[in-house]
Amino acid sequence: MIHQYKNNGYNIVLDVNSGAVHIMDSLGYDLVPLMEQDINIDTDSLFEKTGGIYAKEEIEEAAAEIRELANAGSLYTNDVFEPYIEKFTDNKNAHPIVKALCLHIAHDCNLRCRYCFAEEGEYHGRRALMSFEVGKKAIDFLVANSGNRVNLEVDFFGGEPTMNFSVVKEIVEYGRSIEKEHNKKFRFTLTTNGVLLDHEILEYANKEMHNLVLSIDGRKEVNDRMRPTANGKGSYDIIMPKFKKAAESRNQTNYYVRGTYTHYNRDFSKDVLHLHDQGFEQISVEPVVCDPKEDYALREEDLPFLLEQYDILAKEIIKRRKEGRFINFFHFMIDLEGGPCVAKRLSGCGAGCEYLAVTPWGDIYPCHQFVGEEQFLLGNVDEGIVKPEISREFGACNVYTKEKCKDCFAKFYCSGGCMANSYHAGGNINASYDIGCELQRKRVECSIMIKAAEAE
Amino acid sequence: MKHVKTLNTRDYKKSQITGGCGECQTSCQSACKTSCTVGNQSCENKNK
Repeated sequence: MIHQYKNNGYNIVLDVNSGAVHIMDSLGYDLVPLMEQDINIDTDSLFEKTGGIYAKEEIEEAAAEIRELANAGSLYTNDVFEPYIEKFTDNKNAHPIVKALCLHIAHDCNLRCRYCFAEEGEYHGRRALMSFEVGKKAIDFLVANSGNRVNLEVDFFGGEPTMNFSVVKEIVEYGRSIEKEHNKKFRFTLTTNGVLLDHEILEYANKEMHNLVLSIDGRKEVNDRMRPTANGKGSYDIIMPKFKKAAESRNQTNYYVRGTYTHYNRDFSKDVLHLHDQGFEQISVEPVVCDPKEDYALREEDLPFLLEQYDILAKEIIKRRKEGRFINFFHFMIDLEGGPCVAKRLSGCGAGCEYLAVTPWGDIYPCHQFVGEEQFLLGNVDEGIVKPEISREFGACNVYTKEKCKDCFAKFYCSGGCMANSYHAGGNINASYDIGCELQRKRVECSIMIKAAEAE
Repeated sequence: MKHVKTLNTRDYKKSQITGGCGECQTSCQSACKTSCTVGNQSCENKNK
């Protein structure tokens, strides 16, 4: 399976099933589809099919190079993984391993973000704070179910976790105290809206948190429209100075400023660049996911404009990096050489199996986005997983069970996408969220183009 | 090659043999929470 596209002056050819990426001149690019069915097609036919615009000697030369790629297994490769997927998922379900937990430290929040899928922290439920006792049981559950995995991830999430920060500290300390005896290494992440982020919390986070996710949407008017405080005022002026301090104190690494873009800031490239102009180097700005009836929801007719925004952003990132102004945009990160193995690429995000969410009172859900959806309640920290059939359903979900993924070139990069988005858009986890898929494909294309530009 | 420049990439087929250790980061644990990005995750298998 081949995917070829032109972007920013580059002719890019992806060999989807091997992961190979080729940058070609116009001639090579034009020959690739013509040689797919018949690799030994003669030069005269190629001359004719390309409209006589290339010299025959050049065609012969380029065709020979394409044959060389095919022989080396980096062009026109077949998908050899599909026959193994059943074995792989069966094995995963027979020996379930949990390696990451999203702890809902507080189902309460001091902001009133309009697009919050947690419904201002309440997640279709009641306001509540996690106790240390529940957090400790969650850590014990993770350790007990993590098999031989050494690296374990725990995300302090909400609502707003700094509203219950003493418990965050107790859980971290408990986790650290048992690392050695179980041969585990905890990587903690704190996701915060910044309102309560003071010197003490930051100092603690810098000592213990592997990653810090700082929520802000970009330009002041954009942020304040969607992220007001409880009394209706904007949050930008409260959080911006704190986030700048946080990013600097972490030497511009191991953190993200993370925003959400909506129908109201379709020109979101300006928000990404605004954050960069404010001094942030690690930036993630994502499309809103919500009920399509919401006024701020992204619509299908927004797509051409949104796709163009990614092109604008990609070009500007190349430019700024060339000028020595480093910027990392989360959704353009792609690790071509050191990226994940095919098993990881096929197994999806891990929700419901490797990755679980725990509510303040200890209920376990497949991920943070399913919290409060009672039909997905998997178990609790006292009894563990009591409905393994739900877990198995998530474990079996992969790019081959999703009809729309089968022929998609991006399947090995997004791994089938977000199961919560699939469920909310199409009624089941094997459906697809078409707007999200379109945006994902564009991001993959842009991120590979950036690699091509930087390889020059 | 004159007409093609190939970027260095990890061969999926080879990774089938050495991969699957599961030590890598969970997708949603980094900075997304509302999408799924796997291609950007770094492999943490020391024996790959």
